[in-house]
Amino acid sequence: MFKIVKLQRMVPNIHLMEVDAPEVAEQVQPGQFVIVRAAEGGERIPLSVADWDRKAGTVTVVFMEVGASTGRLARLKAGDNIPTLAGPLGKPTAIASAGQVVCVAGCYGIASMFPIVRALHEAGAEVTVVLEARGSFLLYWEDRMRALAKRVFTITRDGSSGLRGHVSGLPEMLRQAGVAPSQVMVNGCTFLMSQTSKTLGGLGVPITVSLNPIMIDGTGMCGVCRVSVGGQMKFACVDGPDFDGREVDWKELLARRKQYLDEEAYLCHRASCARGV
Amino acid sequence: MAEKKKLDLERRAMPKQPPHIRRRNFREVAHGYTPELAIAEANRCILCKKPSCIEGCPVDIDIPAFVRRLAEGDFLGAIHKLKQTNCLPAVCGRVCPQETQCEEKCNLRKKNAPIAVGRLERFAADWEATQVQQQMPEMRPPTGKKVAVVGSGPAGVTVAGDLIKLGHKVVMYEALHEPGGVLTYGIPEFRLPKQIVRREIDYIRKLGVEVVCDYVVGRTKTLEQLLDRYDAMFLGTGAGLPWFLEIPGENLCGVYSANEYLTRMNLMRGFAYPKSSMPIKRHRRVAVFGGGNVAMDSARTAVRLGAEESYIIYRRSRLELPARIEEVENAEEEGVIFQFLTLPVRLIGDEDGWLKEVECLRMELGEPDASGRRKPVKIPGSEFRMPMDAVVVAIGNSPNPLIPRCTPDLMVNKNGTIFVSDVQTGKTSKDKVWAGGDVVTGAATVILAMGAGRAAARSMHEYLTGEKLAGTTSEVASS
Ligand SMILES: Cc1cc2nc3c(=O)[nH]c(=O)nc-3n(C[C@H](O)[C@H](O)[C@H](O)COP(=O)(O)OP(=O)(O)OC[C@H]3O[C@@H](n4cnc5c(N)ncnc54)[C@H](O)[C@@H]3O)c2cc1C
Ligand code: FES
Repeated sequence: MFKIVKLQRMVPNIHLMEVDAPEVAEQVQPGQFVIVRAAEGGERIPLSVADWDRKAGTVTVVFMEVGASTGRLARLKAGDNIPTLAGPLGKPTAIASAGQVVCVAGCYGIASMFPIVRALHEAGAEVTVVLEARGSFLLYWEDRMRALAKRVFTITRDGSSGLRGHVSGLPEMLRQAGVAPSQVMVNGCTFLMSQTSKTLGGLGVPITVSLNPIMIDGTGMCGVCRVSVGGQMKFACVDGPDFDGREVDWKELLARRKQYLDEEAYLCHRASCARGV
Repeated sequence: MAEKKKLDLERRAMPKQPPHIRRRNFREVAHGYTPELAIAEANRCILCKKPSCIEGCPVDIDIPAFVRRLAEGDFLGAIHKLKQTNCLPAVCGRVCPQETQCEEKCNLRKKNAPIAVGRLERFAADWEATQVQQQMPEMRPPTGKKVAVVGSGPAGVTVAGDLIKLGHKVVMYEALHEPGGVLTYGIPEFRLPKQIVRREIDYIRKLGVEVVCDYVVGRTKTLEQLLDRYDAMFLGTGAGLPWFLEIPGENLCGVYSANEYLTRMNLMRGFAYPKSSMPIKRHRRVAVFGGGNVAMDSARTAVRLGAEESYIIYRRSRLELPARIEEVENAEEEGVIFQFLTLPVRLIGDEDGWLKEVECLRMELGEPDASGRRKPVKIPGSEFRMPMDAVVVAIGNSPNPLIPRCTPDLMVNKNGTIFVSDVQTGKTSKDKVWAGGDVVTGAATVILAMGAGRAAARSMHEYLTGEKLAGTTSEVASS
């Protein structure tokens, strides 16, 4: 059993959960994830780690409420216990100690990018953070990023903060700011990662993406998380989750992620019926 | 003394759910012997002077002795005899390949009626479970030594059970949220009810073993870090890495590894969807690649999920099927369709990335290969396609590389198995660390994993205390 220390809504549909898990807290590195179950009998949900406190022995994750399982998680509160928090899983993100690193993040990826930005900053790289969202009401942790990064840009679809538009505006934005990236990192939804890989692929620098396929065990046992990278089959949970976005077969990943949408939707529907929603 | 008995060559059948009923449920297929049937079957044993059945048993169970007790109606005596050498009789009685082990060596086999040792073993174990009072074993006083067991499959459970009885403190770590290894996540409910696995785990818990789930050794803590806390460690992490055929289309939606397919169903209780939250698809046409137990389990699971056609596609012929004969027969009765001498070469999908067709080649048997089996050879130009909604790849597993990758000084063999200097002890190249089960042998059997655990426990005990235990180390690990 793992005790929830804090559970709060950050922005609509995105929640932060801090859990007492000293063994994991002691070990975790930027870019790793944990597997969480909201209740006995519940699904195993992979969540990137957003922060940790080694002294207090806690691990923080930020998750989007997308289905029945994450919905269940979101309705828990501080003091409740969850039966599973296993990890840290996956390979830690490789942290550059020099150069200009551009970190593009959206959605729950803003949170998982935070420890990467912190590590890059501490290691001596110059960090440019780009936060992407539909509107400013979906942005969070901008202040945390500003405290570490050399520059922070925002891009919103509705123009309520920063550049109006999409990541397609990135190359121009970076050029104007005089940023010549030596590496790009992207955390967020599959769409953001694939688009950024395409848009910035021409720069000829590594584009490190943190893939989020469907997972079950997270230890390399089931193979459901397999992705094609550079034409080779990789298991994202053990060989990744970081890969070079220029080599990822995005079409396949998007299709594989959507496999259970119908079933998920049905479960959500059932769950809301049960709650009388 | 032994009066000459008239040979009874009627091997008693075990009552089973009829195929048309069990095709639609996940309950156990066989009901097990009644006491009358067990006694009758046990009475067929001719008590050979030189019982060759024991030779066939990887853990040297004194088979004639336990069978005789059953024949006399002494069920308690029988289970005690069994448990002296086999700590998981309810499991082994159900899943051991007896036809290539004890029953193959039985002298009545020549008459085509070997004693049903497995069914009797299962009966004795199930009988014990119905007794109110489970006898607790003798426990040695605490030695003050601490042991970590990594992995909670049959190998780990055996080591934990043996070492706790010898007075050592034992903590067992499991990566998943439930202990039991393949017994929990792989072998389906209809062949091995999970309640039985839970009972075995509860038993070692009662003896004092601490079971820590959701703990991925190598990640949550490295081996090195754990070794600081323990005097010795056993690695029983199994062979959990699924192989794929490496043919085009294996990443299409609707293509599963057997591990994924079975884990969704067993560990995550997908069969209860939508009551459980593990989504599963009810595919109409399912093809399983492979011919072992894992393949049979997958094809039979597909049937139970309502598949109209569930195929086994196997590149050799019926004779070479590695699965247990009983399970092949069960699968056939349940309507699984066998396509022998057939090799999948390509999976074809639609625009949206969903599997639509499987392209196969016909094979014929050629010269015997290194394994002594006749090698299948492709028949050129024999390509054909089968429309298919789902494919389950069940062609084998190798050990998970996670721990070796995080432990540079742990030697592994080329095929990924952990190197042990002596199979009789399971000692690895790393100080204080032993290993056994599928992680050493590659995917094998429950009984071999158990035997390896037993051998390692003896060696670990000797290392921890200097005491050599009496009795022979079973030959398990060497086979
Ligand atoms: C579907 C299926 C059907 C089978 N049918 C039969 C049969 O009928 N008869 C038979 O005799 N055999 C059968 N087998 C084979 C048999 O189950 C295995 O040989 C046996 O379970 C091996 O036992 P083990 O203890 O070595 O490993 P496992 O049972 O594989 O257990 C290993 C455990 O270690 C855990 N683990 C792995 N890595 C870590 C880590 N880093 N940290 C913590 N824990 C970890 C795993 O999660 C797992 O729970 C079958 C196998 C499968 C998959
Ligand atoms: S999640 Fe099962 S292998 Fe990656």
